[in-house]
Amino acid sequence: MLITELKSKESILSLVTGKVFIINCHGCKEVRFPEAEAEELEKELLASGKVTGVLTTDYICNPENLKLRLERRKTMIAEADAVLVLSCGVGVQSVAEFLPDKKVYAGCDTYRLPGFQGVTPLEVNCDQCGECFLNLTGGICPLTACSKSLVNGQCGGSKNGKCEVDPNMECGWERIYRRLEAVGRLDALKCPVQLRNYATDKDV
Amino acid sequence: MKISELFDRGEFVVTAEVGPPKGFHLEGVIEEAKTYLSGITAVNVTDNQSSVMRMGSLATCKLLKDAGLTPIYQLTCRDRNRIALESDLLSAAAFGIENILCLTGDHTKLGDHPGAKPVFDLDSVSLLHTVRLLESGKDLGGNDLVGEPPKFAAGAVVSPCSDSVDAQLAKMERKVMAGADYFQTQAVFEPDKFIEFMEKAKQFGKPVQLGVIIPKGAAMARYMNNNVAGVHVPDDMLAELAADKERAKAGITGVEIAARVIKACRPYCQGVHIMALGWEKHIPALLEQAGI
Ligand code: SF4
Ligand code: SF4
Repeated sequence: MLITELKSKESILSLVTGKVFIINCHGCKEVRFPEAEAEELEKELLASGKVTGVLTTDYICNPENLKLRLERRKTMIAEADAVLVLSCGVGVQSVAEFLPDKKVYAGCDTYRLPGFQGVTPLEVNCDQCGECFLNLTGGICPLTACSKSLVNGQCGGSKNGKCEVDPNMECGWERIYRRLEAVGRLDALKCPVQLRNYATDKDV
Repeated sequence: MKISELFDRGEFVVTAEVGPPKGFHLEGVIEEAKTYLSGITAVNVTDNQSSVMRMGSLATCKLLKDAGLTPIYQLTCRDRNRIALESDLLSAAAFGIENILCLTGDHTKLGDHPGAKPVFDLDSVSLLHTVRLLESGKDLGGNDLVGEPPKFAAGAVVSPCSDSVDAQLAKMERKVMAGADYFQTQAVFEPDKFIEFMEKAKQFGKPVQLGVIIPKGAAMARYMNNNVAGVHVPDDMLAELAADKERAKAGITGVEIAARVIKACRPYCQGVHIMALGWEKHIPALLEQAGI
């Protein structure tokens, strides 16, 4: 099981400065989604007139599903400066993969709960760290895409874009840098020093 | 003596690297350091370099210091969590070790204990941040230190000839923001690339030491090209090394190449860092040929 919780309202509002397209994923049965809180936030954003459209669905981690649904809302997404995804870490990354030129923001943190972890038939992965870093990394998870799970940028070991640990694996931070470059968010690399917090386990 | 004070005075700072042995007998290392590194400002002591288990960097630093050398204590984040790193920084201060170099460290899988747990609780950037925090009298847990806080010259590394030099520059900026005092670079064989890099790096206003390796032969150079991140020996140097095997083996060609690189880059940097990889005996000749 895993559990998603909305990030603080301030941190979400600080990301959503321009027009925004919202995606809610009510997820699979392995995820607890904060529906009521998400609805409240959505109402607030709608009232501010910033929202170009909303997609509320499930299984956005299914690429076929996601593609179909996003294509139908192409214009609304094009009008938006950013896409705000309220889902688990895998969902956000799936959307970011599909919209590589768009700023894609995570509105939730994903925590681990004991039990079955759900099945993701995907390249992207989420470690349910409880303090989602995707807003600083262009929607690519640094914990699962980097062999050392680094949160402050590339180590010196990447060669020809590959990771020092495995020449068949793309360096996660190389991917993050290129993605941030593509969406014009290299300034995210000037954020304060990031420290992991291993004490985020939820007492549920 | 803190090497940052020398940079501040405008000195051209020369450092070299020594690796602790796989064992605890340090006599050989100290002898070698005294013989060949006497003309050098400070000596980096590697921290289980390439994830190969060796005698500890901190103890080696202390013994080198007792022998009259100035050690630079290298710390990687591979083997220790934040508690152990902070604690070792305080231990270093207690030994009077004032120079440190903060590294992320190679992955455990690359070394001789591939099944070991890779830690990386901190990384080079957050370790620099931690150093500056301890110096302010606080630890990462938010607690006060007792007594006078430590004070270090804290360095970091950067890879000027990396194939993704823009990502490296971004990381360098993060290290500067986190409090790095000076930089040592990965080995450079392409002065043009280094100079281009320095044009961009000088905005950070931090001293940079050119990283130098004395190439031991064409095979070693080719090995580095294929396996070592951020290092590229160009074809003409490879040909030079291959042309006369005896000269290359005697270190003559390698010293010539390294001296040329130093001379070409010297106007653009604030020092040199020599990674001799067992060829410490050639360092005096290298410094002489490079005119240092
Ligand atoms: S940073 Fe990665 S592991 Fe943490 S919640 Fe986000 S996607 Fe999951
Ligand atoms: S090479 Fe890239 S993916 Fe591999 S550990 Fe370093 S930063 Fe992470």
